Amino acid sequence: MRIELIRRPERSKAMAWLSPVIAVALTLIAGAIIFAVSGIDPLRGLYVYFFEPLTLPFTLSELVVKAIPIIIVAVGLALCYLSNNWNIGAEGQLTVGAIVGSLLPILAPDFQNVLTLPLMLLMGILGGALYASIPALLKTRFGTNEILTSLMLVYVATYLLDWLVRGPLRDPQGFGFPGSRAFTDFQVMPTLIAGTRVHLGVILALVVVAGAWFVLRRTITGFSITTLGQAPRAGAFGGFSRTKMTLLVFLISGGLAGLAGISEVAGPVGKLDVVISPGYGFTAIIVAFLGRLNPAAIVVAGLVLALSYIGGERAQIVLGMSSQTGRVFQGLLLFFVLACDTFILYRVRWVKAVHATAVARPAE
Amino acid sequence: MSMAEAIIITIIVASTPLLLAALGELVAERAGVLNLGVEGMMIMGAVAGFIATYESGQPIVGIVAAVFAGMLTASLFAFVTLVLVANQVASGLALTLLGIGFSALIGESYANKPGIKLSRIHIPGLTDIPFVGPIVFGQDPLVYVTILLVIGVSWFLFRTRGGLILRAVGDNHVSAHALGYGVVRVRFLAVLFGGACAGLAGAYLSLVSTSQWLDNMTAGRGWIALALVVFATWLPWRLAIGALLFGAVGILQFHAQALGIRVPAQFLSALPYLITIVVLVLISGNRLLMRSNTPAMLGQSFVPDR
Repeated sequence: MRIELIRRPERSKAMAWLSPVIAVALTLIAGAIIFAVSGIDPLRGLYVYFFEPLTLPFTLSELVVKAIPIIIVAVGLALCYLSNNWNIGAEGQLTVGAIVGSLLPILAPDFQNVLTLPLMLLMGILGGALYASIPALLKTRFGTNEILTSLMLVYVATYLLDWLVRGPLRDPQGFGFPGSRAFTDFQVMPTLIAGTRVHLGVILALVVVAGAWFVLRRTITGFSITTLGQAPRAGAFGGFSRTKMTLLVFLISGGLAGLAGISEVAGPVGKLDVVISPGYGFTAIIVAFLGRLNPAAIVVAGLVLALSYIGGERAQIVLGMSSQTGRVFQGLLLFFVLACDTFILYRVRWVKAVHATAVARPAE
Repeated sequence: MSMAEAIIITIIVASTPLLLAALGELVAERAGVLNLGVEGMMIMGAVAGFIATYESGQPIVGIVAAVFAGMLTASLFAFVTLVLVANQVASGLALTLLGIGFSALIGESYANKPGIKLSRIHIPGLTDIPFVGPIVFGQDPLVYVTILLVIGVSWFLFRTRGGLILRAVGDNHVSAHALGYGVVRVRFLAVLFGGACAGLAGAYLSLVSTSQWLDNMTAGRGWIALALVVFATWLPWRLAIGALLFGAVGILQFHAQALGIRVPAQFLSALPYLITIVVLVLISGNRLLMRSNTPAMLGQSFVPDR
């Protein structure tokens, strides 16, 4: 008994929509098994983890807060992956964006006016974009594998942040604790809904999504991104430069990761701290794939993955589950999405015995 | 024990897991499969090795469990990328994310528990020779296993028919298939070998380098192993040189103070990653070196026609 893949005459539209849904369903089943093994009633576990957060006002607003950085980063990564550039160092770009954007409120705490936050956001974008330009330039100039360099730079950024918040940028009045002084007034993201932590980032995320959608569907740049990704030779004949494209998508995705980073420190985190992201840059990779590299679908996917964070916290409190369960679900989900995607291009045939293949078949 | 001796021994301890993991990945890549999940397989090996050793009291049980865990993790990747022809880059990432999460989940209750350290060998007479003895005859058994594996893989890849088939599959899967070789089967076995090596490398971290389990304890070593394969331009013996080099950089932070180097600790911690980038740039900038050995089908899926 073995599996044989048969190429479909054309992409299955139905499977393109169904695949993420099946993947989520499979993750839920796997989740039920993990709950059962951990000695928790699977139904209650799934309820607390995946459904209860959707019924409580507090967790619902926190869901949006967590989804903001994930969606912003994932949209940028989608552009990268569509053009066949593998930026997996968004976590590092997010960190550097947060650092560069924070320099303004830390070094000039008295610069308090309506320009403060826009300048911070701009600096964050620039920081992330510049950091992302390193793997991009190394790839275009020396042919260095961008997967490895962009990931290595994540570790470098993490140590840079650690050094800064324990050394040069530490709050002088912080009793020796690491972390910068807290941001205030014009230095923080305004809250949109009173009583929650939902901040301006929601609007930024929606603008980013709409912008990416417009670029992909309505501009030559968007067309060249997908062409170079799917058919590099055709793209080259069409006059699109791969070098320029690599730089462009890395700058965009890095800039967006930087934006997410500064939005976090100027938003929910409130200062430049030792830890500013629970792996949003990596979660965004999953979101980009779950969302079919499509900006609009990424919004939904981002909310699903944000749920894995919130649900994880809830399950920890209510059920005493490990805080690590969420990461397992995230990894499983990506696996299932990738596996299910096969059925967009192929259908599967189970071959029972060897002679089944030996029988002459008419040409299909 | 002199300072130089201590440094040489710590370099060997730091480079062995890198070499092991890279060696497995080299075989998989020679067969044309880019498995970015080394970090995930490695950490699964680390946690399985620690738990099995802790529960049985026997490091050998832990080592077997680690190899098995690495292969099991690898088989997941192999199924998704080889049978279901999913994107290898994304699947490798998924494997790493899953491995880090899953190992943390099953290892949670074992964190901060005292483990058992695999003891170094001691051959009376030989190990007692000053300086040379402890370095050549006084390592832990896995160091010698690793050296044998490097020789074995070299011999297999370039001196046997099986190695020729494996490289043919990695260089031109269509031709290999036309000649009647089972491309998917060869690749599946190569990925499993990669998983076994990565699992063993993980066990090295939790049974030799330290004797404890820590969440995320591989700390990017799997990724450095991936870079090592590029550094070695897919040649096993060059891996050994590269691993020693990276091992030396990696332990610099522990000896820096004794050597009188005064820089922030974070800079020294970041150094291995920075060096990796520099080395990758130097190697990949050299087109000739890259082109001669890079498996031509690296990262490309193959769907056999009937």
